[in-house]
Amino acid sequence: MSRPSILGYHAVSWQEPVIYELGAKGRRGFKVPEAEPRVKKAVGDVVKTIPGRMRRRDPPAFPELTEPEVVRHFLRLSQLTFGVDSGINAGVGTCTMKYSPKVNEALVRSPKLTELHPLQDEECVQGVLELMYSLEGMLCEISAMDAFSLQPRGGAHAVFTNARIIDAYMRDRGERKEKDEIVTIVLSHPCNGASPAAAGFKVRTVYPNMKTGIPDIESFKRAVSKRTAGLMITDPYDTGVFDTNLEEYIKIVHEAGGLVAIDQANLNSVLGRLRIGEFGADMCQFNLHKSFSTPHASGGPGCSPIGVKKALADFLPVPIIERDGGRYRFDFDRPKSIGKVAEFYGVVPNVVRAYCWIRSMGPEGLLETSAAAALNDNYLVKRLSGVRGVTLPWSRTFPMRLQEARFSLESLRRETGIGIEAVNRRIVDYGVQRIFPGHEPWIVSEPFTPEPTESSSKEDLDRFAEVMKAVCDEAYTHRSVFRNAPHNCSIHRVDMKAATDPKRWALTWRAYRRKRSQRSITEA
Amino acid sequence: MLRVVGAKDVDSLFQAALQKYLFRGKLNLPPPVTELELKREVCATLEKNRTTEQVLSFLGAGCWQHVVPEVCNEINSRSEFLTAYTGDVYTDLGRFQALFEFQSLLGDLVAMDAVTYPSYDWATAAGDALRMAINATGRKEVLVPLSASPERVRVMQQYLGAGKMRHFGYDERTGQADLQSLEDMISEETAAVYIENPAYLGFLEKDAEKAGKIARDNGALFIVGVEPLSLGVLKPPGEYGADIVCGEGQPLGLRQYFGGALLGFVACRDDPDLLNATGARLITMTDTIKKGERGFTFALPERVMFAKREESATFTGTTAVLWAITAAVYLSLLGPAGVGELSRTIMEKSHYAAKILGEVPGIEAPVLDSPFFQEFVVSFGTKSVKDVQSALLRSGIQGGKDITYDFPQYGNSALYCVTEVHTAADIDRLADILSRVLR
Repeated sequence: MSRPSILGYHAVSWQEPVIYELGAKGRRGFKVPEAEPRVKKAVGDVVKTIPGRMRRRDPPAFPELTEPEVVRHFLRLSQLTFGVDSGINAGVGTCTMKYSPKVNEALVRSPKLTELHPLQDEECVQGVLELMYSLEGMLCEISAMDAFSLQPRGGAHAVFTNARIIDAYMRDRGERKEKDEIVTIVLSHPCNGASPAAAGFKVRTVYPNMKTGIPDIESFKRAVSKRTAGLMITDPYDTGVFDTNLEEYIKIVHEAGGLVAIDQANLNSVLGRLRIGEFGADMCQFNLHKSFSTPHASGGPGCSPIGVKKALADFLPVPIIERDGGRYRFDFDRPKSIGKVAEFYGVVPNVVRAYCWIRSMGPEGLLETSAAAALNDNYLVKRLSGVRGVTLPWSRTFPMRLQEARFSLESLRRETGIGIEAVNRRIVDYGVQRIFPGHEPWIVSEPFTPEPTESSSKEDLDRFAEVMKAVCDEAYTHRSVFRNAPHNCSIHRVDMKAATDPKRWALTWRAYRRKRSQRSITEA
Repeated sequence: MLRVVGAKDVDSLFQAALQKYLFRGKLNLPPPVTELELKREVCATLEKNRTTEQVLSFLGAGCWQHVVPEVCNEINSRSEFLTAYTGDVYTDLGRFQALFEFQSLLGDLVAMDAVTYPSYDWATAAGDALRMAINATGRKEVLVPLSASPERVRVMQQYLGAGKMRHFGYDERTGQADLQSLEDMISEETAAVYIENPAYLGFLEKDAEKAGKIARDNGALFIVGVEPLSLGVLKPPGEYGADIVCGEGQPLGLRQYFGGALLGFVACRDDPDLLNATGARLITMTDTIKKGERGFTFALPERVMFAKREESATFTGTTAVLWAITAAVYLSLLGPAGVGELSRTIMEKSHYAAKILGEVPGIEAPVLDSPFFQEFVVSFGTKSVKDVQSALLRSGIQGGKDITYDFPQYGNSALYCVTEVHTAADIDRLADILSRVLR
C-alpha cells in the first residue's frame, strides 16, 4: 500500500491494562497517617460508635499497587492523550485550543493559593480576593459590561446562570408568567438551547436562510413575541460567520421586553475588537478555558465568568467581591440575587491564570491575539478551500470568517462514500488531533470545523491543510484504508455496540465483570 | 499569509467581518509585563494570603484539608492531561481510560455499577441527580431534609427551579432525619428523597436505610449525598438502597484552592431508565476490531446536549475531568486497606478533638448526640462565634465555620472539622487557647 510521505506517525501503543489488572494483593501506594497512641487510647474503637447496620462490611474492591506502579500507569495514560502541547489541534473548532503559558501553571501551584480554604477569615485571603476583583475589572473593560461574577464553572453553566438571571429579573418585574420563552439561533453553541431549557424556559429556535447562512430578519421577528424573556445566542456563530444583524436582533428583543445574553465563550477572534456591551447586550459570558488561555484540563475544570449591565447587577450570584478602600470583602447580602449556581466562588486557579495571561498580554497583546487568530483562521480557510471534496458553505456571502469556519464534506461523501466520521478516524493516523465536525443538528451536512487559534504557526497550518488534502485524496484513490482506520493510533477501530446495549455497556469495572460472567453463562 | 487570504492587512479583515461592530478604541488595561515581572507581582499579591499551612485551620463545610500525595500533583500536572480537551478515543485513549478508572473506583467506593462523567461540585451533582429523578419518575417534587448543607440547597434549588423542593424535619438533639416527617410529606408527587450521609453537620444518619425504604414504598427514588472518605468505615449507599449517589470528590487528592478545585460525582444503578434520564456523558469500556484489545466510547450518546440541545435532560460540557483523573490516582494509591485506615484515623482524631473540646468549660462538643465522622458542632454558650474566631486568629488558629446564622437553634455554634492532617498537639493547642478565650 503506497502511503503519502507525510504519514510516518505512530502513536504510543502501550496496551496498558485497566488498573484493576495491575498490582498484587498486599501492595500499598501511600502510607496513611495514623493517630497518636494517646489519641487512640482516649477514644477507643471509634468505628464501633457507628451502628453495625451502617458500617462498611468489605473494603472496596480496589486494586493494590505500589507508588511506582501507580505513577507508571497514569504516566502511560497521559502519553496516550493528545493535548495542545502534543501537536496540531487546529481542527478542533469551537474549542479554542490555544497554548497555556507555563509561567501561569507555576504561579497557580503556589501553596499561597492551593492551601487556602474558601471560608477562611477575610483577613487571610486578601491576596486572592484582590486577584479575583482585578480580573472582574479587566473583564468589564474587555466586554463593556458593568459587573462580573466568576462563579460559573463551565460555558454551559454560565449560559444557565444567565438564564436564571433572566428568570429572576422577569419575576422581579412580575412578568415571568407571560415571559416564558427564550429565543436562540441554531448556529449557536447547543447550550444556548439546553441551558435555558434546564432553567425552566421554553426554547424557540431560529434557523438560518440556507441561501445566506444567517436568519432572515423576518423569521427572527416571527420567533419573538410578548412571551420572549430573552435572546441567547453566540456571535460569531459556529460557522465562523459574524452576523452583522446582531444589533437589529437586540433591538427586536428589547422592544418585546426581553433581555439579551450573548454567549462569548469563544471571544478569541474578536478579543479587544468587539465590546458586546456597546451594542445593547445585557449579559455575556467568557470561557477562561477558551479565550483566556487557561488549560482545557481534559474537559475541565473550566471557568466561565458572566458579565451584566448595571440594571442586572443585583441579580448576580452571591457573593460578590467589594472593595472598601484597600480591603476586599465578600458581600452576601444581596436580596435580589439568584443565589448560588455552584459552591463557593468559582474555579480560582483559572481565575488567577486568566489574570496572569491578560497581565502578560496587555491591551496590545490582546489585539495581537485576535489578529493572529483571525489571520490564521482565514489563511486555513483559503488553504482548505481548494481541497477536492471540501466546500465552504456561504463562502460568497461570508468570505471572511472569525474564530473558525464550518466546512462541508458532502461532496466527498457523495463522490466517494467517505464522510466526516470516516475522515475523522483516518486523519488521526497523520499525528494531528481529530477534527471537530459540527454541533447538531447538522445545518451543514458532513460538517467539519477547524479553528487554528493564534497558537498555530504557519507551518502547522500548512501541515494540517496538507494532511486534510491527503485524507480527502485517499477517499478518491484508496477507499479501503478508511474501513478499519485508524491504523497508526494507540488502539484499533472501536466496536460501538456497547454504546447502546445495556447487556454490554460497562461504566465501571465491577459492571464489566458482572456482565461478562452473565454473558458467559448465557452463551454456555 | 495576508496575500493568500487576499487582505491588505489584518485590520481590513476585521473591517470586512465586523463592520460597525469593530472597536477602534484602546482598552484601558495595564501595559504588558514580562515573565519576571509577572512572577514578582503575582507572588507579592499572593503573599498577602495566610494559608492553612500558616494558620491551623479547622474548616470543612464542603471543602476539606487532607494530605494530598505528591503523585496526584505530578499526574495532574502532566501537560498531556492538562492541555487535552475533546479528542476521541483514538487520540485520547488515556483520557478515556483514566475516566473509566475514575468511574470504576468510585463505583466500588459507593457500591454502584454506573458512574457518570464528573460534575462541577457536590451541589451541582445533587442538582443533576434530582433532575434525573424527576425525569425518570415523571413526578414533580423532591424532599430534602432541613439539615442539608444550606450552600448546596441553594444550588439545588437553582437546578430545580421554583417550588420543586420541600423540606422534611430533623431531630434537633441528634440531627437525625425525622422519618415521621418524611412519611407525612411523601406523596405520589415525590420524585426523590435526598439525604446527606455524613450530613452537613457531620453526624451519620443511623436509619438511612429506613429513609430509603420510605422512598421506595412510595415509588420515589432514594438519593444519597456522600463525603467519599467516610466510606472506608461507613456503609456505601449502594448497600442500603440508594438509587443515585452523589457527592464531593475534592477530598480525593485535590487541594483546597480557595474552593476552586471541586469535583462533583454521580453514581446510580445500572438501569437504562435511570441512565436515559440524565444528560451526563457516560464512558463505557468496549472492544476493538483487534481480538483481545479494549477500547472506550460514550454510552447512550444521543441523550446529551450536544445531540439534543434543549431536549436534553440537562446541560453538560466542560466539567472537572482533570480532577476526576486525580481522584482515580488518589484512590489507586490508597487501595482498599488505605481507605479504611484513613477513615478510621480521621474518626479517631475528630473524636479526640470533640472529647477534648467538650472538656473545656463553657464549651459544648459535640452538640449533636449522634455518631459522627470528621465534623461536629461546637457551641460556645454565651460567647459569640465571631469573638471566638477573632481571638483564635490572633493565636494563629482558624476556627470552624460559623453556623449561627444558618442553624440558629444551636445558638453560638460552629462546625469544626478534624482530619488526618491534625496532630494531637494541634488539637490540644486549640483546646488550650479556647479555654483561655472562654475564661
